[in-house]
Amino acid sequence: MSVAAPLLAVEGLTKSYGGIHAVRGVSFSLRAGEILALIGPNGAGKSTCFDMLNGQNKPDSGHVRLLGEETTGKKPREIWRMGVGRTFQITATFATMTVRENVQVALISHGKQLFNLFGSAPKFDRGEAGRLLELVGMGGYADRPCGELAYGDLKRLELAVALANQPKLLLMDEPTAGMAPRERVDLMRLTASIAREKSIGVLFTEHDMDVVFEHADRIIVLNRGTLIAEGSPAEVRGNPQVQAVYLGEGLVYDARHREGAST
Amino acid sequence: MAFYVVQFLTGLASAASLFLVASGLSIIFGVTRIVNFAHGAFYMIGAYIAFTLTERLSGAFGFWGSIVLAALAVALIGVLVEMVLLRRIYHAPELFQLLATFGLTLMVEDLVVLIWGPDDLVGRRAPGFKGAIDFFGQNIPSYDLFLIVLGPVVLGILWLLFQRTRWGVLVRAATQDRDMVAALGVNQKWLFTSVFAVGVFLAALGGALQIPRDAVHHAMDLRIIVEVFVVVVIGGLGSIVGAFVAAVLVSELNAFGILIFPKISIILVFLVMAVVLIVRPWGLFGKPEAAARKTPGLTVNPWRPLTSNERLASLAVLVIAATLPLFAGNYALTVGSEIAIFVIFAVSLHFLMSVGGLASFGHAAYFGLGAYGIAFLAKMAGLPMIVCLLLGPLLGCMGAAVFGFFAVQLSGVYFAMLTLAFAQIVWSIAFQWVSVTGGDNGILGVWPEKWAASPSHFYWLALGVAALVTIALRIAVFSPFGYALRATRDSVLRSEAIGIDAKRIQWTAFVIAGTTAGIGGALFAYLKGSVFPDNLGISLSVDALVMVLLGGVETVSGAVIGAIVYKALNIWLVSQTDLSKLVLGGFIVLIVVVFPKGIVGMLEMLAQRRRKSSPPRSPLLAKPIESAE
Repeated sequence: MSVAAPLLAVEGLTKSYGGIHAVRGVSFSLRAGEILALIGPNGAGKSTCFDMLNGQNKPDSGHVRLLGEETTGKKPREIWRMGVGRTFQITATFATMTVRENVQVALISHGKQLFNLFGSAPKFDRGEAGRLLELVGMGGYADRPCGELAYGDLKRLELAVALANQPKLLLMDEPTAGMAPRERVDLMRLTASIAREKSIGVLFTEHDMDVVFEHADRIIVLNRGTLIAEGSPAEVRGNPQVQAVYLGEGLVYDARHREGAST
Repeated sequence: MAFYVVQFLTGLASAASLFLVASGLSIIFGVTRIVNFAHGAFYMIGAYIAFTLTERLSGAFGFWGSIVLAALAVALIGVLVEMVLLRRIYHAPELFQLLATFGLTLMVEDLVVLIWGPDDLVGRRAPGFKGAIDFFGQNIPSYDLFLIVLGPVVLGILWLLFQRTRWGVLVRAATQDRDMVAALGVNQKWLFTSVFAVGVFLAALGGALQIPRDAVHHAMDLRIIVEVFVVVVIGGLGSIVGAFVAAVLVSELNAFGILIFPKISIILVFLVMAVVLIVRPWGLFGKPEAAARKTPGLTVNPWRPLTSNERLASLAVLVIAATLPLFAGNYALTVGSEIAIFVIFAVSLHFLMSVGGLASFGHAAYFGLGAYGIAFLAKMAGLPMIVCLLLGPLLGCMGAAVFGFFAVQLSGVYFAMLTLAFAQIVWSIAFQWVSVTGGDNGILGVWPEKWAASPSHFYWLALGVAALVTIALRIAVFSPFGYALRATRDSVLRSEAIGIDAKRIQWTAFVIAGTTAGIGGALFAYLKGSVFPDNLGISLSVDALVMVLLGGVETVSGAVIGAIVYKALNIWLVSQTDLSKLVLGGFIVLIVVVFPKGIVGMLEMLAQRRRKSSPPRSPLLAKPIESAE
């Protein structure tokens, strides 16, 4: 990837609701294969920011570019077609379909066969669907109804679905929310290894600081709609402004992290 | 000028009853999330009981006492129904609740005839309001003035009830989030029962108050329920003020529509409803519904295409069905043709409803359009039958393309209501545009050509088309499009996130379903030799729903079985008993309560149990979000 056009470039993103500035002039960029965490306390504007990246919300001003191409104002499905996969904070899957069928739907959409009325969907790209499920460790669950899966497995399924269109960028909204601690580590390790191997850029929001500091290459911090810090995990951890925003949570984190490291 | 004022006042008077019934429906829906189809039935029973009581009890006190007593008695019946029936199905999908209450309505229609006879009953005038008041040369019945005052008074009482009493606070809280209210330790059972009782009381009161104005008859339930649906949809489900404003709006539209557009007076109301739904899908005073907590997951067996053995078995059944003319008489063949046609109708709705998750309450519109298409082509253009059969369904296709475009902008209950409204519009056109459609007299003499005229030939034609249609739609279910359609049903959010234009997919499905229904309608026109507005009426739409649900809405083959069983039972019952609706209604209620998965769903469950292959569910795989109600 050339240095000139980063994978994702966000410039001066702004959104207000009435008098409240949810997001004010946020700019950052993301390289291919990089894992970037977007953090901030509740109400910092993370979700608003995220929704503007994936097309669910339109910014008042500012630009989002994917490999130099404008995505601002496009619909979620158009942004997906440009090569952006995503997972949701609360999983959204097709509950009455099997795990494999969930992936197949994404593959059907990727292959532009959505209006094919006569083909056989059960046979559609079965091999590729199997490979994607293997990749996320769900190979043994392919014929399970999706509604029977445990939450952690649903998150992994979402990852497989998000990878179906060979995305350049993955947007993950609180990927580990609602998961057990061990599942969190597993899922993020998996995501990181896939991202590095396939050179996919990953942007994720997260409340769990363990997850953030362990897996992010770089962190950006939002507070009250503005970007207050940006840098490597170490830099962000040492940033007094960030510590102030989190009301000393960084220190608590340090103590906990040392304990955790010894086990 | 005076004339218009009087017309306006008449409209206001009609609004009172409508408001009472609609507010009852709205309150019940708000708390229990049940769209109570039987609400019209309670309205009707209220009128009948009030009639009997007012005949027995004399004097002013007797009359007004009877009205209140009748409403209370019906409320008691409502409590019984809630405790015996509804409590068992609160956790069922909303469609089943609708179906159960529809079954109840059918039963009541026959019971009412059984008890009070089939004739219209003209009730007593209200003591103290017998005369009319002169208004610049125009007469206004004084009872109308009483009703005009009553409406706002009831609105005020309800407002006080909801704002000033503990019960009212609980009801409002439950309307917002009933799970939360239950979590706070409120006894939901009794809250639901009391809410249902109040709602039914209002419906019955509305019915009882109508007796000095209108004759009491056994079809008044369907007429009111459609109007009430329109009112609550315009006003916003769950909003009392909305129900009031919309009741006034609808009644005035009716009152003035007749003066201004005598030809399309019926359409006017439905047009307004369609516009409101498109501009403000949750109604004028309603709130956008929070995303329903869908939990279909655990209940659904994964769908799969037929195995080769099953295909052979189906083929064998088809061959056996094709031998019917060898031993059956003409009557049986005609019945067979009708069943085959209803299989087409049912599978077309199944495609939209089970695969697409879009429960249309007006699917008969496209069936009927297909039938009228045939009538126009054959009678007016004089085209040969084959050409007619190919082109006739296109009218259904066009109707579905136009209405479907608007309908798929909505979902859930509102989608159902909008499709119902569109079907009523089409029905009104067929009914009122006499010069083209023949109105109530229909179009007669649409007979098949010689090659298809004999009962056996026509039976083979119908059977063949039904088989083709069923196979084609089955292929579509397991096509990439079918997967995409199921995807939009399960999660629009996820669908859009993987590049699926959900509305376009759903619109396409709507057009496919409408066209297929049109094919059924086309054959139906030839079978009956005539076309009537009833061919696109509500009861036919409901028939289709019942057939799909009876077979099993979560199965792939359910619609076929459901259509055969329902239609055969229907025809047989009509020939055997005068109380066919009572038996059929009871049967529907039984199915919903005892076999909520439908016939095919139940068979699948039994087969699975016998194989003992029900997938092992380790506790680790337990569902993370416990099934919400």
